[in-house]
Order: sequence, then structure tokens, then C-alpha cells
Amino acid sequence: MDSELVQNLGILVLAGFAGFLVISKVPNTLHTPLMSATNAVHGVVVLAALIVLGQGVDLGVFNDILLVIAIIFGTINVVGGFLVTDRMLGMFKGKPGDKAKKQEETA
Amino acid sequence: MSWIQDPAFINILYIISFSLFIYGLMKLTGPKTAVQGNWIAAAGMGIAVVATLLIRGMSNWWLIALGVVVGTVISIPSAYKVKMTAMPQMVALFNGLGGGAIALISWAQFRDTGGFAEEELSKVIASLFAALVGSISFWGSNVAFGKLQEILPGKPIGLGRLQQPVNLLTFVAAVVCAVAIASGQTSEWWMIGLLVASAILGLMVVLPIGGADMPVVISLLNALTGLSAAAKGIALDNTALIVAGMIVGASGSILTSLMAKAMNRSIPAIVAGGFGGGGTGGGGDTGGEDRHVNSTSAADTAIQMAYAGNVVVVPGYGLAVAQAQHLVKEMSELLEQKGINVSYAIHPVAGRMPGHMNVLLAEADVPYEALKEMDEINSQFGQTDVSLVIGANDVTNPAAETNPDSPIYGMPILKVNQSQSVIVLKRSMSPGFAGIENELYYDPKTAMLFGDAKSSVADIVEELKQL
Repeated sequence: MDSELVQNLGILVLAGFAGFLVISKVPNTLHTPLMSATNAVHGVVVLAALIVLGQGVDLGVFNDILLVIAIIFGTINVVGGFLVTDRMLGMFKGKPGDKAKKQEETA
Repeated sequence: MSWIQDPAFINILYIISFSLFIYGLMKLTGPKTAVQGNWIAAAGMGIAVVATLLIRGMSNWWLIALGVVVGTVISIPSAYKVKMTAMPQMVALFNGLGGGAIALISWAQFRDTGGFAEEELSKVIASLFAALVGSISFWGSNVAFGKLQEILPGKPIGLGRLQQPVNLLTFVAAVVCAVAIASGQTSEWWMIGLLVASAILGLMVVLPIGGADMPVVISLLNALTGLSAAAKGIALDNTALIVAGMIVGASGSILTSLMAKAMNRSIPAIVAGGFGGGGTGGGGDTGGEDRHVNSTSAADTAIQMAYAGNVVVVPGYGLAVAQAQHLVKEMSELLEQKGINVSYAIHPVAGRMPGHMNVLLAEADVPYEALKEMDEINSQFGQTDVSLVIGANDVTNPAAETNPDSPIYGMPILKVNQSQSVIVLKRSMSPGFAGIENELYYDPKTAMLFGDAKSSVADIVEELKQL
């Protein structure tokens, strides 16, 4: 077993615990935005596509096509995921009709 | 300026970026901080991408730009246009894209390295795991998308008794291909075999699962995509991928177990065979006799609520199907103007994915504070004068607590029957998708308001306006 692998496994396990702790604090109400945010986060696979495509020397057309599709998929995840989450979170509004009540009082 | 291409510097950027992922998700505890948290995580992603592009020897810039531009152009309009009722489909599709990307990357890497010939065994195994799980997730998610989008029938499609042996065989076939590659086979057919077998497995596992189990399936596929990203991170020695993938894996796992618990179903049982359709026929011995059901009118409902102190609305997926969220909100406003407390009791599996109902109500401008989780609202039903059940069925069935013979026995429910009176908006007396008779409807304090949810609520609103 080489040390790089062992280190990475350590990071993997710690990240798992961190994930469990952080995510278990998210209330049920925000679980849909949470899922779309994690959609965006797993778009991180775009990094893998960038590395394999960018570091390859002469990959051949078929490999290029596979990797460009992978980049497209990953980018859709990242961009789409964060935008949808933002749009959704914008719908959750605080305090019931604060504005509405004030308007009534002044009216 | 060579230091910016130093591997140590790039790794520091990765550490910053995964810290931002975690910090961003930590802010998802409330809707106000969550908006900021989302952008913090997005900034982390931006840094991770820049760091990757800095790696020494990057080439193929045009192809990279092509992928990024096409991806962005596709995603922006779909992110802004998708309807909130369609969020489960969108999330399913996005899960699939992530898994599909990993499967494609692993395939390309296999071709590029002559069948992982020079790679360390541990990295080969991680890559193969990523490819297998990624391919399952891609095809499974596409089926889930098809079912939710109603391109495919929502009913379970399966092979019956043959299902489990066939699933097991395809799984074994995928593992055999993986073992062959890991032990030095370099023929591309092994890799294609691996991808095809896991694709079939993904289809076979999700096709027999009914619409009602979708919240569990989506969460599970979310977890799988995360885990395969983490495995790919091990294979490429990339910390950003490992951490981000693992967090998504953890998140998906938590949601999967929450959803399964809320439906009182074990995850293996859901994956092993279709629920949401069959298997629940003989639900208790209550069906035969003619039992009395009270029915009521929109006018009476309006009066009853207008003289109440506390009203709890119990929305179910039927409300979303009827697109009645906005009318319900209008009704609540009219009641609040009369000084009545209105809150919403939301069961974890209301809707087609975790938290779906909350988003649908938030879209209709229902304030965040009025949305109550099951545990919180269950202690308040005792002080509730009127519970208004709209399009929810099984999650209100007291048989889950009282009748050990009921197929839903043990499922956590909203204890609607503890409130002073209950009004159920329902089209007819037909049982819900699980086919189980709801005891609540025969309770003497329950009144049924028959009709389409949307027009019933509209009638109540009209009556309230006249009071």
C-alpha cells in the first residue's frame, strides 16, 4: 500500500464524517434545494474530465468525443445546479406577509 | 510565474475549494443563509476548475472550451425555465449526468492508457468502481426521469420472480468484467462489457420501482453519483473530487435513509422489488362493510374554519397535481386576516422527492415559518381546531399506529386524528396509490368534501370572502 492511497482514504473517511455532520443539520424543509446543490457539487466530476482531456497527449477522436460529452455533462451539473438552487431558495421567504401587514396598517 | 503551476499550490487551491463546499453546505440550515451558502459553494467550484486548468501541461483548450460553452448554454435556460413541480425530474436528470460523465471519463481513460496497463492496481480498482456505479446511476436516473416526466409508465415494470436472479446475474457480469480488467486484461470489450452490464443493472433496478418510491430512488441515485465521483478522485489523486464526492455521497445516504424511514420501508426491500403498485392488496379487514362517512360542503368548511383558532393544512402530492398551491395560500391569507393561525403540516414524503412540498408551497409565497415538519406539528394537533387535508392520504392514516395488520403499520404519520375536527378534500372514496383504506375517513369527527382539490379550495375561498 503506497502512502498516497492511504492518505486519500483518510481524506475520504474524514469527508464522509464531515458530510454526515453538516447534512444532518439541514432541515427537511430545505431538502430539495439541498439535493439540487449537491447535484451542482457532484458536477465536480468536470475536474476529472478536464484532467484526462487536458493531460492526454494524442487521445484520438473517439476519446475526445467521450471527454467533451463528459465536460458538457459536468458543466450542466455545475452551472444548472447552482442556478436552480439559487432560484429555489429565492422562493423561501421569511416572516408571514410583513410587507402586506404594513401596507394594511398604512392604508 | 511558475509557482502557480506548482502541484503544492494547486493542492492548496483544492483545499480552499473543498472548504468552501463544506462551509457553503453548512449554511443550508435556514433559507436566508442558504442563498449565500449556495454561492459560497459555487465559488469553491470556480476555484477548483481554475486550479485544474493551471495544472502543468494542460492542452486541448479548444475542446475544453467547447464542452464548457455547450454545457453552459444548455444549462442556463433549463435552470430558469424548469417548473417547481418538475424539480424531481430535473434532479434525477442531473444525478444521471454526473454518473454518466464519470462512466465516460473512465472509458476514455481506459482507452488512453491501453487498458490501465501502467496504472497502480488501487487506482484501477477505484476507476472501475467509479465506472460501474456511474453507469448504474446514469441509466437508473434516466429511468427515474422518464417515470417522473411520465414518458415511461409510473407503474412498476418488472420480471416478477425472475427480477432478482436477473439483477444478480447482471451484477455478477459487471464484477467479472471489472475483475478481468484489474487482473490485467486490456481488451476494450471488457470495459464495454462492464459499462453495458452496469447499464442493464441500472435499468433493471429502477424500472420495477413504482412512482410512490421515487423519493427514495432519487436520493439513492444521488448518493451513488457522489460515491462514484469520490472513487474517481482516489483514482486521479484529486482531493477536491474525493471530498466533494464523499459529501454528496453522505448527503444522498442520509436522505435515502430518512425517506425510507418516513415510508417505513427498508432500502433493500425497495431496491429488490417494486412497491408503489402491487403487494398491498389485502390491507386490513375493513373493506367489506358499509361504513358511514360524513360529507360536507365548501360553505360549511369555510364557516368551520372561520370560527377556529388554529387551522392546520395538510398538503399532499394531490395538491401539487391539482396546481392548487396558490389558492391554498389565498385561503390562508383570508383566514389570517380573521386572526386565525394557519400552519402547514408536511410529511417527509409529501411530493416526489425530499422536501418537494416545501418548495411548491414556498413558490406560492407561503412563509417559511408556517411550514412545519412532522415531529413539530404532531405535538400541536391536540390544540388544532380544524385540520384540512388536501390531496394527502396514507400519511394521515391512523391505521399506521393502531392496526398491526395494515401494510403501512409502523410508518410515521401526521396525527391529524388528534385535532378537534378534520376536513378531507378528496375526489372520491377510492384509496390512494398504496391501495389502503384510510381509517381517518370513517372517524366521526372527519367530514369529507368531495370534488377536485382546486375547485373545492376555490369554492372555500369564495365562501370565506363572503363571511
